[in-house]
Amino acid sequence: MSPISRGFRRRREEAPAGRVPPGQYVTADFPVLSAGPTPRTPLTEWSFSIAGGREPKMWTWEQFRMLPTETLTTDIHCVTRWSKLDTVWEGVSLDVLLGAVDYSARYVLAFSDGGYTTNLPVADLLGGKAWVAFGFGGAPLGAEHGGPARLLVPHLYFWKSAKWVRGLRLRDTDEPGFWENYGYHMYGDPWREQRYAGD
Amino acid sequence: MAGTAVRGRLTWATATVGAVSDETAQVRTLRLEVPDWPGHQAGQHLDVRLTADDGYQAERAYSIAAAPGEPLAITVERLDDGEVSPYLTQDARPGDEFEVRGPVGGYFVWEPAFGGPLLLAAGGSGVVPLRAILRHRARTGSAVPVRLLYSSRSWQDVIYSSELDFPPEGVQVIHTLTRSQPPAWTGYARRVDREMLAEVAWPAGAPSPSAGPLAYVCGPTSFVESVAASLVALGYPAERVKTERFGATGQ
Repeated sequence: MSPISRGFRRRREEAPAGRVPPGQYVTADFPVLSAGPTPRTPLTEWSFSIAGGREPKMWTWEQFRMLPTETLTTDIHCVTRWSKLDTVWEGVSLDVLLGAVDYSARYVLAFSDGGYTTNLPVADLLGGKAWVAFGFGGAPLGAEHGGPARLLVPHLYFWKSAKWVRGLRLRDTDEPGFWENYGYHMYGDPWREQRYAGD
Repeated sequence: MAGTAVRGRLTWATATVGAVSDETAQVRTLRLEVPDWPGHQAGQHLDVRLTADDGYQAERAYSIAAAPGEPLAITVERLDDGEVSPYLTQDARPGDEFEVRGPVGGYFVWEPAFGGPLLLAAGGSGVVPLRAILRHRARTGSAVPVRLLYSSRSWQDVIYSSELDFPPEGVQVIHTLTRSQPPAWTGYARRVDREMLAEVAWPAGAPSPSAGPLAYVCGPTSFVESVAASLVALGYPAERVKTERFGATGQ
């Protein structure tokens, strides 16, 4: 039973019912959270690769941008408790990218410029649930928000949507990534408030 | 990047407000009595959960202002459109209760073994975790040289000013006041830029991930983006620049 904080009362409007996971509040801003400087990789040096399948697969930026794209509107939820509604993204579905690889692994470790990593089950990347996004709000995705391209997995806390993503390593076992090593949850479902290990 | 070991489950504990002290007109430090607090590292934060009498709850994260081993404390800046910070900075009194859990975050931390020299760059209330690092350095007897570059709007907005006016040996505090300056101010009077960092920051050492100066940058996103990018441009390896950003509404 939580103690009552004397004199505390709600000061924000209630979010639309069922729209915002527990413990989250809606913001119109797009806060930035990262552990180090923003990497800036020229597009001529950028590639996206998938390792750990029968054959390694790699796309240059030019090849990646030839792939079919989708535009989607979705809500995003950061573990630091802000949620942003109706964000508009353009990206390549992970169904397309993983569809180009022959593999049996059940997990991936996504990796990024700057050394960031995060782990996800393959099942959470398939079925129209995940993208490598390069556009935000009708414009190229800014570097501070993960551009030129970031992972977009909006049904999980946003640290799983790795900024500056450069590829996936397919794995048979679920191994913790950067924040997961510091005590954040291995899966990160905002609707079950899986912020930290054990939640 | 190797992390620390994954800790056990973080559970909510009742915190009782102890002494409160106003750092500035907008910023207050609250001592928190938390039985069985597991301890923390300098630079970590904790989660606060407030509960209204109608059951409504709100959670936010705050940097820990105390060094490991000191009585637990947080320093909170009031955001006028905020929900939790107005309560913590205006309403909460000694003896009041809310819940906390933590410590959280294990990357933006400093231990004496990490070495230095240290460059600490703070924008506004971003000084809070850096103050914990400074106090940890002093308490552990570390001789690591430190420069704190601290950007505030005005002299009245400087947090921990009495402490920072008399830094311990080996610690230099360099202020910049971006909006207004006292009469006869001879210090910096602009936002931190590359030229200022070139003057203040330790020169970048060998471009190796494990040697040379270590930088901790904390503040609003625009401050951190600019300072971190400038440090990289001045030769700091990205691995030696640790950042913690406050989103516009994050704290």
